Amino acid sequence: MWIYDKKLEFPVKIKKRNPKLAKLIITQYGGPDGELGASLRYLSQRFATVTPQAKAALTDIGTEELAHLEMIGAIVQQLTANLSIEEIKASGFEPFYVEHGLGVFPSSAAGDPFTAAAFQSKGDPVTDLYEDMAAEQKARSTYEYLLDMIDDPDVAAPIKFLREREIVHFQRFGESLEYVRSYLSANHYF
Amino acid sequence: MNNTLYKLTQLDFYAVDLQLYLDTHPNDAKAIAEYNKTINDAQKLRSDYEQTNGPLTSKYLSPAEKFDWIDEPWTWEEQYN
Repeated sequence: MWIYDKKLEFPVKIKKRNPKLAKLIITQYGGPDGELGASLRYLSQRFATVTPQAKAALTDIGTEELAHLEMIGAIVQQLTANLSIEEIKASGFEPFYVEHGLGVFPSSAAGDPFTAAAFQSKGDPVTDLYEDMAAEQKARSTYEYLLDMIDDPDVAAPIKFLREREIVHFQRFGESLEYVRSYLSANHYF
Repeated sequence: MNNTLYKLTQLDFYAVDLQLYLDTHPNDAKAIAEYNKTINDAQKLRSDYEQTNGPLTSKYLSPAEKFDWIDEPWTWEEQYN
């Protein structure tokens, strides 16, 4: 069960439209290392994990990723709000426009639609947490590559926030892995 | 951005971060005290904000005359933030 909170986790207020940048940032909405995949990965894996710490971490981080998905959607929406046909043509936004208009669609920067094939739910708590730690690092790298492309401080601020969250999540998954390891290596008598 | 909403966003984020920390450090008394203080402060700010600006969550609403949950702007819109 989830409850919607009518605010963003970190404010997104972009004054200058930039469809070219929107086409790149959309990858964190629906690309291979994006927030949607992250959320589904953790929220799916939690059903097979062990220890209260790992169950809580997967639930809470999976939930926070949905808040990040919303922030990325807001960034893309604000970067493309009310574009004219001339602006669309001048910025190379035509391929996205003919498929989705000015809607937000989960796809990668290269235009590939969202796919669950980019993540696993392996049913092995250790395997899954290793994947999660790698996933957080891949998302951090993506945010750093995006920051190389961003000049507008209004866009950079939420992207920097999201990058920092990847580091915190990596840390929490590492701690969860320790709990899972010690649980699995202990003798259990029933 | 509305100043109360800005402060609430900060406090709620701090609570999210503390919650993740507590997931893997559930017996850290100092962090529990900090978490309790944070959600208490956030709850007060939330009530203040909701009294003048309408509800932030649709659960436990008790609308009087109008269902103001639907009021614009919504979260992704530039005017909201």
